[in-house]
Amino acid sequence: MLNWLKKIGKSFSIFFYFFGGLGVLFLLCLRYCFTRPFEFKRTLNFAKRSGSDSLPIVSLISFFLGLIFGLQIAYLMQRLGSEMYIASIVALSMVRELGPVITALVVAGRVGAAITAEIGTMQVTEQIDALKTLAYSPIKYLALPRLIALSLMLPLLTVYANLLGILGGYIICVYRLGITSRMYLNITFDAIMFKDLFSGLLKTIFFGMIIAITSCYHGFKAKGGAEGVGRATTNTVVTSFILIIVADCLFTALFYFAFP
Amino acid sequence: MIKIENLTKSFNNHKVLDGLNLTIEKGRTTVIIGRSGCGKSVLLKHIMGILTPDRGRILINEKDITKLDEKGLNLVRLKMGMLFQGGALFDSLNVLENVGFALIEHRHLCGNELFLRVKESLRLVGLEGVEDLMPSELSGGMKKRVALARAICINPEIILYDEPTTGVDPISADAINELIKELQRKLKITSVAVTHDMNSAYKVADRISMLYNGKIIYSSSPEEIKNTDNPFVHQFINGLSRGPITEEDEWTINPK
Ligand SMILES: Nc1ncnc2c1ncn2[C@@H]1O[C@H](COP(=O)(O)OP(=O)(O)O)[C@@H](O)[C@H]1O
Ligand SMILES: [Mg+2]
Repeated sequence: MLNWLKKIGKSFSIFFYFFGGLGVLFLLCLRYCFTRPFEFKRTLNFAKRSGSDSLPIVSLISFFLGLIFGLQIAYLMQRLGSEMYIASIVALSMVRELGPVITALVVAGRVGAAITAEIGTMQVTEQIDALKTLAYSPIKYLALPRLIALSLMLPLLTVYANLLGILGGYIICVYRLGITSRMYLNITFDAIMFKDLFSGLLKTIFFGMIIAITSCYHGFKAKGGAEGVGRATTNTVVTSFILIIVADCLFTALFYFAFP
Repeated sequence: MIKIENLTKSFNNHKVLDGLNLTIEKGRTTVIIGRSGCGKSVLLKHIMGILTPDRGRILINEKDITKLDEKGLNLVRLKMGMLFQGGALFDSLNVLENVGFALIEHRHLCGNELFLRVKESLRLVGLEGVEDLMPSELSGGMKKRVALARAICINPEIILYDEPTTGVDPISADAINELIKELQRKLKITSVAVTHDMNSAYKVADRISMLYNGKIIYSSSPEEIKNTDNPFVHQFINGLSRGPITEEDEWTINPK
């Protein structure tokens, strides 16, 4: 019984330690955000690199997702004889949910893992310590540019993913079901309201922060050579997936009740 | 002058430094010897303010750096340079940006002025025409020399060397030893080198201290240490596998 309690206590302390660590890292980033010199160049460079790195896979996945989703909805709607709704269902689910979440998960796997691997390698080869001896904060140098870059890049990538997803649905409807192109587009843009777009994009800013902070945190905590870096990278992917899904659930509930 | 008082540090209940006291004189070279894993790098990182001690004080020019905030610490760090064991060059930057890092970020130098300062530092460590290479294109010994150039580029008053000659071929090792001596002689730099290479220690040291079991157990000039009657020091400097240091090891593994 006592053993059991100890185990629970230990997992709780690990849990709080982890979230405490993420919180502290986030607050430090915010503090460095307003101290000179501003990290414009490094932020821009990282945004460019992470954007162009994730673009191919985001395109591929969101386009095929739109295509598949269009087909699956078509199956149901044909049975109900209401093919007209396919366009609006595809558009709304892409913009409100699938676009943001799929993009965030892809970026967490592609960019988040790379951030942890890079910072983790710098940690185990003492480059982080070297940065400190040169009187430069590693959080300002490494974490801050990544935080800002990802929270700006993720909404942009999401807009792009939404468009490609809608294109996937378009191809199914126009070339398979014979709905005219004009009609499909009209229905799509009628269906999307500002609040749909807004709620979808707002949460991606937070997803971007989650990915940046989690991956930097695991990178800074890496120890024990190549194996440790590998473990840290895996942890980044797992924890950022979980945190993204949890955050998404919270946001969806919030928007559902706040803006019905 | 660097004065370390009662420095104690543990990692996961393993006491690495245990009430260490050491005084490092200004303008001299102090070499700290000790076995691998005895906490030499940990000691240097405390002097740099990278690690914070569990207990104890570290006074650099009468100022306790363990009490400083990050801003104050950074001002102190800009007067110091550190050569890491593996070089610790930034892999995403080329040699020019590595060596000139502090000049670029803190002094905002660029262009020709930066290039000349970097070139001068590289020349001091005996390298030429490597400014545009990436760290991955350098050999181990060259990495170490570039790292040394980075440490001396901002003209520090204190340089900490973490095993400067380990993993370097004998000729480059001798060049590094000469350089440490030259920097100390010409620029009156205070140097602290940790090593287990006794040739290097005899060559550069004004004073040799031995770190053992988390404490400095012996301090003397290089001439004196050769004739020491301390059995621990005697075993270490002569590289003997039998002696009190290894006996104690066996005792800790199989306690009677
Ligand atoms: N950041 C750290 N976390 C945990 N243990 C550490 C850390 N740094 C050093 N140690 C431990 O401290 C001891 C001394 O390490 P170190 O100073 O690197 O030895 P060396 O004298 O070879 O330079 C080792 O047992 C090492 O495992
Ligand atoms: Mg070491």
